[in-house]
Amino acid sequence: MDLEKEIANLSDQIELLRERIKRGEHKLINELVELRKKFKKLSKKRMETLSAWDRVQIARHSKRPHTIDYIKNIFTDFIELHGDRRFGDDKAIIAGFANFEGKPVCVIGHEKGRDTKEKIERNFGMPHPEGYRKAIRVMKLAEKFRRPVFTFIDTPGAYPGIGAEERGQSQAIAESLMVMGSLRTPIIATVIGEGGSGGALALGVADRILMLENAIYSVISPEGCAAILYKSAEAAPIAAENLKITAKDLLELGVIDCIVREPLGGAHLQPKKMYRLLKRALRNTLKQIENIDPDTLVELRQRKFYSMGRFAER
Amino acid sequence: MGLKDFIDKIKERRKLKIEEGSWVKCEKCKTLLYIEDLIKNLKICPHCGYTFRMSAKERVDLLLDKVYTYDLFPKIVPVDPLNFKDTKRYKDRLKESKEKTGLNDAIIIANGLIYDREVVIAAMDFEFMGGSMGSVVGAKFVRGVEYSIQKKIPFISVAASGGARMQESILSLMQMAKTAIAIDRLNKNGILYISILTDPTMGGVSASFAFLGDIIIAEPESLIGFAGPRVIEQTIRQQLPEGFQRAEFLLEKGQIDMVVDRKNLKKTVYTLIKHTHG
Repeated sequence: MDLEKEIANLSDQIELLRERIKRGEHKLINELVELRKKFKKLSKKRMETLSAWDRVQIARHSKRPHTIDYIKNIFTDFIELHGDRRFGDDKAIIAGFANFEGKPVCVIGHEKGRDTKEKIERNFGMPHPEGYRKAIRVMKLAEKFRRPVFTFIDTPGAYPGIGAEERGQSQAIAESLMVMGSLRTPIIATVIGEGGSGGALALGVADRILMLENAIYSVISPEGCAAILYKSAEAAPIAAENLKITAKDLLELGVIDCIVREPLGGAHLQPKKMYRLLKRALRNTLKQIENIDPDTLVELRQRKFYSMGRFAER
Repeated sequence: MGLKDFIDKIKERRKLKIEEGSWVKCEKCKTLLYIEDLIKNLKICPHCGYTFRMSAKERVDLLLDKVYTYDLFPKIVPVDPLNFKDTKRYKDRLKESKEKTGLNDAIIIANGLIYDREVVIAAMDFEFMGGSMGSVVGAKFVRGVEYSIQKKIPFISVAASGGARMQESILSLMQMAKTAIAIDRLNKNGILYISILTDPTMGGVSASFAFLGDIIIAEPESLIGFAGPRVIEQTIRQQLPEGFQRAEFLLEKGQIDMVVDRKNLKKTVYTLIKHTHG
């Protein structure tokens, strides 16, 4: 907590200095540079000291920006598309066309909902097969019109229910993986909050995978893992640690390409800053891949996923 | 010898007896069955038709008339990338499973002939850590697919799995994408892919290659689904309907092509190959 206080202090001082410099006190620039260096150093230290379980709490924070917030603040002219043309419209996944800095694109993401009523409507961001089938439909539209796809991952997981199983949850997720794995247009995925298992990966087979600093991404929730492997619900923090679910872990394991820094203390404390930071990261990432021809793009993406995993060959 | 040692010894002897032995109780109708008879009957209870689980090798024997090799990629072995430990170390679990099954991991990639047709078979073994899919299962599966593309021969998978392997966490999850991409490669190369689902086919295996078959066949009464029945029950707080997530239920819901018992499996697969591959 001391570190936390020190960082908050520094942040305030930096803000003050900035304002004074703006008002004409240019001599203070050197001091500002020094403070920023110190700030960076401490922030980094803090980032390293947060436990995986701390990050689980931040990733699930009730005020953390959701897909809908990123769409509103990073994109313009969003037109939402509804339904899977087979059974229904799953509100746990939002999809549609939008504009990203003057470029037409497609956006698809899990949406958990903010207040109680909306959370229930959106099933807490846990999709049914219809959600994935809607996503697949919009991805194919993106391919048809050669629009880049941005996906935002934020789900506890695919919904475990009777209807979901009856209507082919497995098939819907599997198909989404295969369609994304061969889509002839750029895909950028960002894990913005909770990357819960297959339900998350179903929007995650991308050319570039970004992850917010405090987001998590895992094969099973820490609670689920604790119950199954540790036979105790109290083991969730240990499970979180051992499962290696943080952005830093995943970068080291070669599963994600880039960590997007969050404002101090988490995205929920300064959402506007978060939108700016993510927008910049998306812009830079898109630049890297938007001009690659579709054949090469698909080949590179397939190779990327073919290389994932660790084993020995004797 | 202490009392505990004495009891352990007796237990051990009993275990041995069962193994060598001669009798096994059917899990469904509780009839005592002579093991030799059971194996001759393709591990199906002659009284009630209950289907016992088969090992990966037994699967290969069931489907192939001539086995060229039981495992094309025996050199691919698991590591412990996360140094994972729960109530046991992952390394120890691997060692135990290896001793129990004689396999390096939960899959073998065999090739050989069904009558006169050469095929590749990726067969999973539930006895190896619940048939869970980690890096090795993904890697061998993909190599098997590439082999069948190279030789232009059908690819058959036999799933038996509780899902992704938690001990390799996110790396296991990524095997879902990896194997799904492999199936896309089969499709682009015009290679037949028959997916056989056996008891159980769940989670990350169900939601990746297993449900991407050109043709999906399930064994009678197999449990097949994404979420486990207990998780669903806890979530919705109501009892699940009779036969939920069983092969016959999936057939009725339009999720699979057919339910085929062991005695007719090879013939069915062979006919499908003839129908699709000239």
